[in-house]
Amino acid sequence: MIRLCVGTSLVLLCLVLVGLEVGDYPIPRFKAIATAFWNRGGEYDFVVNSLRFPRLVAALLAGFCLAASGALFQSLLGNPLVSPDVIGINTGAALCAVFVLTVGADLSVLPWAAFGGAVLTAVVIYLLAWKQGISGSRLVLVGIGINALLASGITYLMVKYPIERVVAAARWQVGSLFGSSWTDVRTLALGVIVITPVSLFLVPRLRLLQLGDESAVGLGSRVELERMAVIVVASAFAATAVAVIGPLGFVALLVPHMVRLIVGSLTGGALLLTGLVGALFLLGCDLIAQQLFAPTTLPVGVITAALGGPYFLFILVRFNRAL
Amino acid sequence: MVTLETSEVVLSYGSKRVVDDLDFVIPAGKITAIIGANGSGKSTCLRGLARVLRPVGGAVLLNGEDIHLQPTKAVAKQIGLLPQGPTAPTGVTVSDLVRRGRYPHQRLFDQWSTEDEAAVQKALFLTALNDASEEHVDHLSGGQRQRAWIAMALAQETDLMLLDEPTTHLDIAHQVEVLNLLRDLNRTEGRTVVMVLHDINQGCRYADHVVAMRDGKIVNQGSPQEVVNSQMMDEVFGLAAVVIPDPVTGTPLCVPDVVKRRPLAPGSIP
Repeated sequence: MIRLCVGTSLVLLCLVLVGLEVGDYPIPRFKAIATAFWNRGGEYDFVVNSLRFPRLVAALLAGFCLAASGALFQSLLGNPLVSPDVIGINTGAALCAVFVLTVGADLSVLPWAAFGGAVLTAVVIYLLAWKQGISGSRLVLVGIGINALLASGITYLMVKYPIERVVAAARWQVGSLFGSSWTDVRTLALGVIVITPVSLFLVPRLRLLQLGDESAVGLGSRVELERMAVIVVASAFAATAVAVIGPLGFVALLVPHMVRLIVGSLTGGALLLTGLVGALFLLGCDLIAQQLFAPTTLPVGVITAALGGPYFLFILVRFNRAL
Repeated sequence: MVTLETSEVVLSYGSKRVVDDLDFVIPAGKITAIIGANGSGKSTCLRGLARVLRPVGGAVLLNGEDIHLQPTKAVAKQIGLLPQGPTAPTGVTVSDLVRRGRYPHQRLFDQWSTEDEAAVQKALFLTALNDASEEHVDHLSGGQRQRAWIAMALAQETDLMLLDEPTTHLDIAHQVEVLNLLRDLNRTEGRTVVMVLHDINQGCRYADHVVAMRDGKIVNQGSPQEVVNSQMMDEVFGLAAVVIPDPVTGTPLCVPDVVKRRPLAPGSIP
């Protein structure tokens, strides 16, 4: 597991270095890396340190958050088709963000509104699914219902407000890393630094919950408290990413499933590896989004959806057969 | 030795009372079988003992103190539970499952100690799963899978084990295999075993103490010889049965009587 984590981190580093070099503004070979790390300033400073570098780091951190969130949700609910984008957590964040965008409020409150929306949605789903305890399948069904409800709320806002604001909201909803700043990176880093240790603390508890409530009680788990803690932490991970880059689909669904196929059931190490692979995945997708039809760039959400859709079908088929 | 007893315990699901005024002491170091018809409250009783279900009246006492007032992780070092028909998440290996049984013994730092490893290895050895330890639980046969869960409960290293119908869904050879294992654990390790059993004859063979329940109450308890007779079969199961000595072990063996068919009304078509 350690070897896999280190290996993934190294590939990640290479990809960051590649990302600094490539782009539609040509920079002589290795000049970009030099500008980013030890030779700040100079003619390439703006492109490298204000455009490319923060975007790369934002992609990396957001990918980590989304994949970790998906891993926690999928392991807790024992369902590979579950992720924060399926059960409405991302949509909750999106509704609040779209509200901020369409009413034309100060954009600096947007990440906080989105974060609040995601966590609030998680709490509402949990409360609605409560019936002398929580069953995984009921939670998923309630989540899907809430997701539809929130989506209709977004549609309402989109038709109600003037077109120029709606365009910004629509673009935000696809999920994009365009214009990521060091402020965004700070927000994401704060989330990762705070939530990751808590999630690692919860992993052994989650592993008990996976055995069913009765077994978990028998092993000394405070089932409801710990399940709620896992849901809140998983939502917080998703919320952190969504708050900054928008409700990006499929990363949280696809990456945890892929990693689980390789390393098996969730452990602390597997959670970290999932996060790292998520970082790698989103970073890779963003580079593709920028390069594929250069000089036209696509929002990264288009690429994750294009890759994630078929994979989703693959899981569905597999899930029906063997899993 | 851990003692577990109930004092006027009332258990209910919602407003439906399932177990009423339950008063009994689990004999330490013995195998106890709880028997009764479907819906007699025997599984509910076990869930109450295992603190899965909180009594609405009375208390379950662990070492003389209310089990719900003790830290649940501390209780988990003393009582293990194997629920009915447990399911492992897909893709979990036997050793991964068994390792989870060590949770109550683990602390925040110092996550995996040599005692943990030793307990896991011992549990795998006792259940004869050493060779299958890297196999996926969902790929095992029913008997092996049940043994894997028992191994998990064993790794917990509790003096007392509660098992809810550990032999359901197993064929007869696997049933015997699981019950033999539990008896060996009781005899060699001195662990107290409490299990809910459907098969009354197996209960008689393996248990030192039999508790017969009906309508949420204990009808009778004692050694199999004291408890199991044709009168009890009628009272608890509503079944006419002949009780003879088991030809192998000498314990009571229930043989249901031929159910007498009601005479057909004259003229009706059979």
